[in-house]
Amino acid sequence: MAPVLITSPHAHSARSTAGMMLKVLLATVPGILVLTYFFGFGTLVNILWACVVALTCESLALALRRRPLLFYLGDYSALVTATLIGIALPPYSSWWLIAIGTGSAILLAKHLYGGLGYNPFNPAMVGYVILLISFPVQMTSWALPQGPEELPGLIEALKACFAPAHYDGTTMATPLDLLKQNNSLPVDELWVENQQFGRWAGLGWEWVNIAFLGGGLWLLWQRVFTWHAPVTMLVALALMASLFYDGGSAASGGSPLFHLLSGATMLGAFFIVTDPVTSAVSLRGRLVYGTLIGVLIYVIRVWGNYPDAMAFAVLIMNFAAPFIDHFTQPRTYGHRDKPENR
Amino acid sequence: MRTVFRFHGGIHPSENKQQSLQTPIEFAGIPPELVIPLSQHVGAPASSVVAIGERVLKGQMIAESTGYISLPLHAPTSGTITAIEDRTIPHPSGYKAPCLIIATDGEDEWQTTRCEPNYQDLTPAELVQLLRDAGVAGMGGAGFPTAVKLSINPDVHIETLVINGTECEPYITADDALMRERGAQIIEGARILSYIINPARTLIGVEDNKPEGIASLRYAARDTGIDIVAVPTRYPSGGEKQLIEILTNKQVPSGGLPADIGVMCQNLGTTVAIHDAVIKGRPLISRITTVTGRSLDQPQNFEVLLGTPLRFLLSRAGYQGSTNNKLIIGGPMMGFTVPNADVPVVKTCNCLLAPTENELPSPPPAKACIRCGQCAEVCPASLLPQQLFWFAQGNEHEKLERHNLFDCIECGSCSWVCPSHIPLVQYYRAAKADIVLHRENHLKSEHARGRFEFRQARIAREVHEKQTRREARRQAALAHNNDSGSITSPSTDPVQAAIARAKARKAGQQKPRSEPESS
Repeated sequence: MAPVLITSPHAHSARSTAGMMLKVLLATVPGILVLTYFFGFGTLVNILWACVVALTCESLALALRRRPLLFYLGDYSALVTATLIGIALPPYSSWWLIAIGTGSAILLAKHLYGGLGYNPFNPAMVGYVILLISFPVQMTSWALPQGPEELPGLIEALKACFAPAHYDGTTMATPLDLLKQNNSLPVDELWVENQQFGRWAGLGWEWVNIAFLGGGLWLLWQRVFTWHAPVTMLVALALMASLFYDGGSAASGGSPLFHLLSGATMLGAFFIVTDPVTSAVSLRGRLVYGTLIGVLIYVIRVWGNYPDAMAFAVLIMNFAAPFIDHFTQPRTYGHRDKPENR
Repeated sequence: MRTVFRFHGGIHPSENKQQSLQTPIEFAGIPPELVIPLSQHVGAPASSVVAIGERVLKGQMIAESTGYISLPLHAPTSGTITAIEDRTIPHPSGYKAPCLIIATDGEDEWQTTRCEPNYQDLTPAELVQLLRDAGVAGMGGAGFPTAVKLSINPDVHIETLVINGTECEPYITADDALMRERGAQIIEGARILSYIINPARTLIGVEDNKPEGIASLRYAARDTGIDIVAVPTRYPSGGEKQLIEILTNKQVPSGGLPADIGVMCQNLGTTVAIHDAVIKGRPLISRITTVTGRSLDQPQNFEVLLGTPLRFLLSRAGYQGSTNNKLIIGGPMMGFTVPNADVPVVKTCNCLLAPTENELPSPPPAKACIRCGQCAEVCPASLLPQQLFWFAQGNEHEKLERHNLFDCIECGSCSWVCPSHIPLVQYYRAAKADIVLHRENHLKSEHARGRFEFRQARIAREVHEKQTRREARRQAALAHNNDSGSITSPSTDPVQAAIARAKARKAGQQKPRSEPESS
């Protein structure tokens, strides 16, 4: 026996970064299934192609940085980024759109800053925003929610991605778009006029959001993250919507339930806002961080230039996270003051 | 039922305590050779009072204390001093330090010692002196001399005496075994402590995963007024600060002592040592050590003579060396590894852990911190370990101190929970050492700067004084020349005048130059 000399602790919990990432991936499955049910195979093709691009870019960056490939690929963080971009992009997006978005997420937003753990901005959101600003037309053409029999099949979806010139799909404004562009109809008439609205929010969208909420609650139960940021974000969004919901006039911003179940709300609350690397770290800090994201989402959705606001709200708060951390340090054992007061 | 309070954070590592509790405490036996390090704990090392070749009796003082925070050592059994030399001692750095080596004779012959069964006849101060002479040290953590801990400022009133029987570290059962088998001695020890410091209440905190121990203590403590408090099992409830918070809902001020909030904490094993010293007149020459881990056939608790080499203990527990990957003194959370099995047991060794690679695997390479914050959730000091890690990597000492690095108790919860397997505690230890070193260097450089500036000022002053003196002499010389009506007038002979001036200057230079040498 040659005894190993090593410092304490010698015991370790069974948790691992890769395990956490796998749980996150698993938790996106219900949402992806519902998206596929309402909008067809477009999202699945998005995700698969984004994963291929992400793994290629990650390997390239790791090779250039002379890091061991398998060790770093094994943390599955690139797959999480790719999956989130695949979900966020409109179904039936072209291959180059997905490639540019995923490539900028992995190469610019992640590896230029030093790789996993060192990126100040959420890579998926950086990729998404680059696309949204550069290719607004492609990024705002969302497929029509249809029954499974009318939806394009897998072959059609692959064609849409890799041979976009030969694809002819139907796209339509999303409920958030409609509400934004509306300035003449009261909300309930708008609802009747447009087939895109469902029971509480957008047709299909409400179920997509409920599915992501389910996945998020499972992650919460698995203690992958704490409730602080997602819950405060949802509460803040709902509060803002209640404050400015004037009963549904033409100028109304939409009901709280509409906002909670529209667009990327639940995906954002449980899969984007909870990204540990780019969010505030202390529990109090996460309360602030989540609240401000919720407020910003409403502000941008209703008064800003973009119908959905998740990416911008998260990126803005990514900027603010270190600042929030500075002012929300917990009171250390045996200290009277919080550190910032000294 | 007393209310117990919560401390922040904490974890639930696998307990692994049953393995070593299958048999009662057994005397480990007298090894052929005992190695007694002169430094067994914090404070000044003891100084040997025996000569090589001298025969010593069991309980005889073999080394005396050399200061206030220092304790004497006693021969754990009878034998002959064969050497006083450097041996590897149980210390995280695995370094060698002076040790007394005793070749045991197997007779275990006692020296007559002084016992005080009627300790109430003595004053508290006399009892404290007795404990000092008996070498009693804290048996839990750093081994702080008990007498020093008991010598508190008379103005400070201790409201609560806390006996720490939580034993929250996995694997260790030494205190549990004591509670099961020596409940009466623990309570008696606690009463002696209570007599010395006269607290309003005495509490014994025990984690609720030791029901047998709690029952045994409660039985022994009936009618004594000593309260046995079952506290929820959650590591590190046995940290002094954490246990105090659990029992009193008060926090020890940062940088302060429990006495600042009217609390004193003593380890449960220490109460037995106190009992033995006072009632039996037995100095601290043995202790209970848990010998456990999967590379042992019979893990169990031993009563071990101080100085017993680990090798002897391991063989007594059925050691399978081929499966063992490291030897740990203490538990898996805060224990340290030792380089070989020749290291002796000292006053603070509560556990010897010999795990297999499967049991406590070597950590995989660390991945990047993803700031998941689980470390902050479990930190019992409410620190932000991920931020400390970040600052430690960048050597940002000021930020580390602002984030209260020095309140870290190094319990290892953050490292245990870290999904990226980052050895966080190691970063904090290194950063603390670095900051302390930096402070000392800063002090030294401040001293040096002070000395340098003083020297510069002195030299400047001397130059100035020299000039003043020279000027005075020149004036005096001129006046003298003018007065005496010199042989050759300066105005008539410039050559002579220049010579005179040069002479005057030379004389003026020689004198002050010798002054600094003599100063």
